Amino acid sequence: MRHPIDRREFLRLAGLGGVVFASSLGTAGCAGTMSTAKDGGYDDFYFVQLSDSHWGFEGPPNPDAKGTLKKAVAAVNSLSEPPDFIVFTGDLTHTTDDPKVRRQRLAQFKEIVGELKVKDVRFMPGENDASLDRGEAYQEFFGKTYYTFDHKGVHFIAVDNVSDPRALIGDEQLQWLAADLKQQPQDANIVVLTHRPLFDLYPQWDWATRDGAKAIDLLMPHSNVTVFYGHIHQEHHKMTGHIAHHAAKGLMFPLPVAGSQPQRTPLPWDPAQPYRGLGFRDIEAEAKKAEFKLTELPVQKA
Amino acid sequence: MQTKRRRFTLALGGLLLGAGTIGLRAAAQPKEQVIKILARRFTYSPNQLTLKKGIPVVLELTTADVLMGFNAPDFQARADIIPGQVAIVRLVPDKVGTFTFLCDVFCGSGHESMSGTITVVA
Repeated sequence: MRHPIDRREFLRLAGLGGVVFASSLGTAGCAGTMSTAKDGGYDDFYFVQLSDSHWGFEGPPNPDAKGTLKKAVAAVNSLSEPPDFIVFTGDLTHTTDDPKVRRQRLAQFKEIVGELKVKDVRFMPGENDASLDRGEAYQEFFGKTYYTFDHKGVHFIAVDNVSDPRALIGDEQLQWLAADLKQQPQDANIVVLTHRPLFDLYPQWDWATRDGAKAIDLLMPHSNVTVFYGHIHQEHHKMTGHIAHHAAKGLMFPLPVAGSQPQRTPLPWDPAQPYRGLGFRDIEAEAKKAEFKLTELPVQKA
Repeated sequence: MQTKRRRFTLALGGLLLGAGTIGLRAAAQPKEQVIKILARRFTYSPNQLTLKKGIPVVLELTTADVLMGFNAPDFQARADIIPGQVAIVRLVPDKVGTFTFLCDVFCGSGHESMSGTITVVA
């Protein structure tokens, strides 16, 4: 069994530590649903979330546009203890009208993240990857846009709210989601991975999923649900009822706080603090306590 | 008896006055203001609307190129703008201030800046 506190302490001492955010999954009773008892206890694990790498973007908001993703890959590879797996919550590439360039960017992205030492990597698209061709190119490289997998007693559901350019999950996928959830116990540990916020974070900036409320309604009967997403290029935490939603930082440029400026233009690069506002997170699933602990990490050591 | 008649007259007068008020209200019902908006990647034309509070508005939206969206979240008014069709959005500006409208159908690089403002004056 791992000792996550010790590992966090190591990260802090190594100058890598960030904010730790505990996301309670609800009642302690749900620990009983975990099926990975080891040595009389439960097997905790951690995974890493990266998001919004926008490979192919060029511009003043990131003078190191071609280097940042590679630095993030190196940072993940240098974690003292390898994560069980890694997730990318969308906008792997920056949008382009040219289908050929889109595929080039997806191929280059895939090659770069192929350097990750951990080979269990789960992808999902963002609107930049998939909205202009309904996910056609994305699927050629990364397969299905929505799917489930199970890991050490946690049921993961990747929800696609971008392949439809109208930011719809769509009835077909919602039916699939409903059917999947029906098979889960009411107190199952469920993690939803998606790109856009499922709730109306700030529709004035298109920070929403048009039919996201339908997905939340389907999830609501389950007592232990946590959502991890991207899209807004900053850390953000929100509860809808008992469901926790956590947005991750991006890896190309940070965006402003919702409504803090007239347009959702990228925050300027700060030469005094390069890579400020960029980063990734590790998420510790502490099965016994039925909660997740989030640690925000920078792309580069300070 | 006289008192009763007076009461009756007053009541009748009140009814007539009420009817008159209803009639006046109907006559004063503000006409809908029609505004045509052309969407093209990545702008709306016009992109700054000035509306009067309480005057209903009909927006007639068309797109010059691809599928677009129009969304004014503060008025819960939205529509898809399908090429070759006119999308109709009705809204009643019920509050004074400046509000954002935006394209909520991803239309490419520049989509994030495709927005405009609705200014509602008293």
